[in-house]
Amino acid sequence: MKKTVFLGALTVAGLAAGAAAAGTLDDVKARGKLNCGVSTGLAGFSAPDANGEWGGFDVAVCRAVAASVLGDPKAVEFVPTTGKTRFTALASGEIDVLARNTTWTFSRDVDLKFTFVGVNYYDGQGFMVPKALGVSSAKELDGATVCIQTGTTTELNLADFFRSNNISYEPVPIETNAEAQQQYLAGACDVYTTDASGLAATRATFENPGDHVVLPEIISKEPLGPLVRHGDDEWGDIVRWTLNALVAAEELGITSANVKDMASKAGNNPEINRLLGTEGNLGAMFGLSPDWAVNAIAAAGNYGEIFAKNIGEDTPIGLSRGLNAQWTNGGLIYSPPFR
Amino acid sequence: MTTITDPPRESFRLSQLLYDTRYRSITIQIVALIGFLLLIGWLISNTAQNLADLGKEPSFSFLADPAGYDINQRLIDYDSRDTHLRAAFVGLLNTLLVAVMGCITATVVGVIVGVLRLSNNWLVGRIMTVYVEMFRNVPVLLWIVFTMAIMIEVFPAPRAFRGENPEATMKVFDSVAFTNRGFYVPDILFGHQRLPDEDGNAPAETWRTGLGDFPIGADPDNAACASYYATEGPMAGQPDTGCGKIQISLDLMVLLIVLGGGLYASHRIKKRADRIQQATGDRPTTWWARLAVVVLPFVIAAYALGMHLGYPALKGFNFQGGTHLRNSLIALWLALSLYTAAFIAEIVRSGIMAISSGQTEAAAALGLRPKRIMNLVILPQALRVIIPPLISQYLNLTKNSSLAIAVGYMDITGTLMGITLNQTGRELETVLLTMLIYLTISLLISSVMNWYNNRVKLVER
Repeated sequence: MKKTVFLGALTVAGLAAGAAAAGTLDDVKARGKLNCGVSTGLAGFSAPDANGEWGGFDVAVCRAVAASVLGDPKAVEFVPTTGKTRFTALASGEIDVLARNTTWTFSRDVDLKFTFVGVNYYDGQGFMVPKALGVSSAKELDGATVCIQTGTTTELNLADFFRSNNISYEPVPIETNAEAQQQYLAGACDVYTTDASGLAATRATFENPGDHVVLPEIISKEPLGPLVRHGDDEWGDIVRWTLNALVAAEELGITSANVKDMASKAGNNPEINRLLGTEGNLGAMFGLSPDWAVNAIAAAGNYGEIFAKNIGEDTPIGLSRGLNAQWTNGGLIYSPPFR
Repeated sequence: MTTITDPPRESFRLSQLLYDTRYRSITIQIVALIGFLLLIGWLISNTAQNLADLGKEPSFSFLADPAGYDINQRLIDYDSRDTHLRAAFVGLLNTLLVAVMGCITATVVGVIVGVLRLSNNWLVGRIMTVYVEMFRNVPVLLWIVFTMAIMIEVFPAPRAFRGENPEATMKVFDSVAFTNRGFYVPDILFGHQRLPDEDGNAPAETWRTGLGDFPIGADPDNAACASYYATEGPMAGQPDTGCGKIQISLDLMVLLIVLGGGLYASHRIKKRADRIQQATGDRPTTWWARLAVVVLPFVIAAYALGMHLGYPALKGFNFQGGTHLRNSLIALWLALSLYTAAFIAEIVRSGIMAISSGQTEAAAALGLRPKRIMNLVILPQALRVIIPPLISQYLNLTKNSSLAIAVGYMDITGTLMGITLNQTGRELETVLLTMLIYLTISLLISSVMNWYNNRVKLVER
């Protein structure tokens, strides 16, 4: 019942916003600022620092879009959204793009009328164990006690995983993340399982995060990515290809350090030339300046740099690239060609 | 002269329904009843209509679908491929387990505390008062969470038992492990261990002389039942896990029958001693005979069946073997029993104080010692006052057990109304079913207790 009302409100809001937001690009240019929806604070993904500056993995996407459209990565108005308000905010036109670790699902894409422009983080359910146990794979968890948030899909994923691997476990159902943390730290369970990025963020809050490891196995699919309103394909293209530019930049070896240098004159690689606007004019095709990608890459670096800086292995979050490695390194991060 | 006239003939007119006081009350009641039924009908049809509009016609077919989730504490075999119905049943058994354990403990503790609170010993009396007031005046949910927190923080994790010089060791002759995941105690197993062969090598598997398990509703086509229907092989006639709806341990049944028989024989001996005492005034010494008829057959049967204890041992992440009393069960059980015991203590105290002090004085005048006065004179009379409110305490305890999810105990609320509801989205059906189940449990408890109350109440002529 609640859900219907919610969906209904979304539809109405979406219809009302549809007309107004026909030209999001023009709106953004006229406003001189990009309105970007982020979370209310998730370490590593989007959180304000001590000075109130927003930073993080999702925030970097916002900055890249602002840089490619407006030429200034600082021209972003961050709008904190909760899990409930995020879709209303986007549908009503309050924000131009939502970059808030949101899972790409059928019903959100089709029923809620949004366009997911890509995936910037392939998440999935993972396991965290104390390092002292000496476990390196989830398949070694035979007989382990697993803390799990009850009533979520993680519970089903977990049962399926252990069943299909034919190993036993003891589930300890827990209501909230905080209780799970307490039981896990006290050793009442060997393993804590939830979304891998959530595990990493939880681990970062521990007194000694180094004593705990997130196992490499991921047992469910949670593709997270930025999304825009359905129906404004021009704007969708801009956000999609800005994200792709960041990904392609990593693949092509363009970093925030060398991008200005490489863009100063055409090099030997035609794809780099096309991307950086030294050959042809891809930017003009969707109404941006030729150096749109240069600005985007210069804003926060390429995809690999953004990852390493915010959630990579050298940060407190400490996520390994895993699925989020370039396709050339066996990951899923892949940009269609720039031509 | 008198004229006898017939009394006016009674004739019923419709207006009497409204104006005749004899009928008016009935009219009002019938109208109210019709109105009430209409209201109920409207509520039901409205709910059904709304659910139909949502595309969620009430249906219980989801109960036959695979549940997909695991449950840690299972009194019967269960895995994630079993149905939601079986998951609900596992939850129901867990509810009943904690309710029965809780009621027994609460009664024992409550009676002791209630009696001690009336103690003439100042210290004992005050301590009991503090106990009662502390437990009565804090919500039971807090006690449950608090007990769980203590369990988790005070006891060592299983990994503390590992290593050359472990931080923690097993207690009670190395048989019980107290960990923050619960207590591991030895369990009772049947079957003789095969002796090592001539070279001193340990045998590959236990050779059973126990009677094994009997599967109810065994299906010959089920692979788990293959060895049950087999006539040859080391495990022939033994069902594997998953064979049949439930499996009953025949060894345990035999032991229970032997024990029951022994207790009955002991009862007959007591009756006989009573008769002799009635007739002659001398009571024969029977304690050794009564003890023998209970213990001897039991020991012989237990030996024949090869009864032994299976000790828990640390293997891998957890202790294996033995019985695992989970921390959630212990926390819930302790908190519920201690909380309810505080109320029962007050009920017991009120029952005792309702007995006139003349009874105590009369008993004392007959030369009974204080303990016997309490057991033989006061408590039996007090029971009449105690039983009715005690019933509602049992009901309260059973219903309070639905707070189990706070510590992750998988009772009927956690399975049927928790995970099953979340995964299937069948709110109405699961809530209705759960209500029905609690209603049934409560009515059963109160009917049993009412039967007991009728037995102990004062028989008046």
